[in-house]
Amino acid sequence: MESLFSLQAITEILSTSLRLSVPLVFAALAGVLSERSGVFNIALEGKILAGAFGAAFGAFLMEDPYSGLVVGMLFGMMAGSILAVLGVTFGVNQIVTGIAINIFVLGITAFLSRIVFGAQANTLRLPGFKAFDFPGLSSIPVVGPVLFGQDLMVYLMFICVGAVFLFLYRTPWGLAVRAVGENPSAVDSAGLSVTKLRYGCVIAAGALAALGGCYLVLSQVFLFSEHMSAGKGFIALAAVILGRWNPVGALCACLLFGFFDALQLRLQFNYQDVPHQFFLMLPYLISILALVGLVGKPRPPAAVGRHYRREAK
Amino acid sequence: MQRLYRILFHLRSVLAIVAALAVGSLLIIAAGSNPIEAYKTLFHGAFFDYWGFAATLVKMSPLLLAGLAVVLPLRAGLFNIGAEGQIYIGALFATIAALYLPVLPGPVHILICTLAGALGGALWALIPALLKAYQGINEIIVTLLLNFVALHFVSFMVSGPMIEPGAPYPYSPEIPDSLFLPHILPCSDAHFGVLVGIVIAIGMYIVFRRGVSGFTLATVGRNPEAARYAGISVKRHIIVSFMIAGACAGLAGTFEVLGHRYRLFHAFSQGYGYDGIVVAFLAGLNPFLAILSSMFIGGLRSGANMMQRAMGIETTVVEAIQGLVILFVAMSLAFRYRATAIGQAITRRKELEQALDEQTRDKKT
Repeated sequence: MESLFSLQAITEILSTSLRLSVPLVFAALAGVLSERSGVFNIALEGKILAGAFGAAFGAFLMEDPYSGLVVGMLFGMMAGSILAVLGVTFGVNQIVTGIAINIFVLGITAFLSRIVFGAQANTLRLPGFKAFDFPGLSSIPVVGPVLFGQDLMVYLMFICVGAVFLFLYRTPWGLAVRAVGENPSAVDSAGLSVTKLRYGCVIAAGALAALGGCYLVLSQVFLFSEHMSAGKGFIALAAVILGRWNPVGALCACLLFGFFDALQLRLQFNYQDVPHQFFLMLPYLISILALVGLVGKPRPPAAVGRHYRREAK
Repeated sequence: MQRLYRILFHLRSVLAIVAALAVGSLLIIAAGSNPIEAYKTLFHGAFFDYWGFAATLVKMSPLLLAGLAVVLPLRAGLFNIGAEGQIYIGALFATIAALYLPVLPGPVHILICTLAGALGGALWALIPALLKAYQGINEIIVTLLLNFVALHFVSFMVSGPMIEPGAPYPYSPEIPDSLFLPHILPCSDAHFGVLVGIVIAIGMYIVFRRGVSGFTLATVGRNPEAARYAGISVKRHIIVSFMIAGACAGLAGTFEVLGHRYRLFHAFSQGYGYDGIVVAFLAGLNPFLAILSSMFIGGLRSGANMMQRAMGIETTVVEAIQGLVILFVAMSLAFRYRATAIGQAITRRKELEQALDEQTRDKKT
């Protein structure tokens, strides 16, 4: 049995950690963005699934991964728009809407995948992204293969984290978004539209979360299977809280969850006499423990989950 | 006009179903079949055929109990998305009680298994309740994550410690036949569990309408500050409502084992816990109406099998329709009776008429 602590094993674990955390990071970024604007986003799970289906659909029809990416994001934005219209405009409880979206996406993708992919659903191999090495950089031990030997979407993920961070903390729009999540009536009296800001965030969040689903299909398994999101959206929600509604914090939380997931896969391989179900439980247990073991009480954006009505100030 | 609008308002769940079926018919056309024929087969199979109706009742039992597990905490404004996990742990406890307790007279042993199942679900629901009450941790995320833990834990139990020797895939040994639940329709699979579900639903309805605890629970949900001021313990209501909800979901799992499958299977629940959310919302959080909505969703599920056999339409179309139902129910919540333009116009008209009345009365005197 190979040691867990050899240089190669560590490189492999870290590299797997990063790959497993990618869908979580995209979804958590989406969660940060929409919750910062004051919209509770329990629909992340459904958006990941919508993105995954869109990615498979696009890649299947056009036979190239980039179309998959675009279609996946479009599907995610459609799911996001449902949340925006019902939750922001009509003031339907955001949690109810989110749950409805999750169940709706689960059902509709299960049906549509049978229609689109038919009998070949489980044997199909869709075109996807391949890992490539940055010349020079990738030969650095440990860091090289982990950070510079991944595929396009991993780099896209880092760009998105930076972009969301800069947007929220370094632009006037970001300030407005943060303000609308804390005190929408103040933003309203400053002459900015609460509705438009929230629409923008929720729909952008749809696209971001969908990228997580795209990654699952285009970089990991190369096919669509029913309910392939398997609770990742909910783990991402835990990461949003653990990361204190900050994009970089959420990234760290997701990397932590990804690390435990990679570790469990490794342990599963090394200790085959321990029932594998215990390892399968681990990521979910770690997420719960992370929520319980928080130092200090997390403070969500003050207006999250509340419908804003101008008359009811 | 006013009365018509009020009727439409109260029938919004029915309208949501109609809309979902209408959109669903487009999906059936996309699948290359005739939607009218398909729905006829589906609903005839689900409700107007003896064996079919029995199959509907079999599905209805876990759906109703899971729906009640969602309804109860929602009265206090808490979301229990963990019925799925509570179903698994309830079924596990019941199966352990059935297989490993010394043999007792049938009915006593059934009762003990049932209580064990309810206890299992309640204990599993206690985890998110305690975390919510004492740590303020979001119960939605915890219940969701615990579902996956429960699923894998039961999978471990039936593929390791409890596996039937020589079983080709993970399941437990069969429970003794003295523990099989009695059937309510002769020669069919419809078991006693659905009646228990209906009794609990009616009981819950009465408590909500008339009981003090129903009132305090609703107060906690509407205005926790006021509840605390009135001396109602918010923490205790969180914990008790979640435990009763967990017990309901645990019973759903128990009756699946005692009434339907007679063994504990790996991954047996197939999302009953999540379907329970659809049942609860479709019923507008009314436990009595949950009886009807669970029968409808159960009918969709059992009818879908008939439809697949008769017309070759994938059963997943029903999952899509179910998704549409909950989406349209969510949409219908946008129409609050008072907040809509028509609702406001009606209120204004009433006020106007009153003012007119008063004016004419003033002139007369």
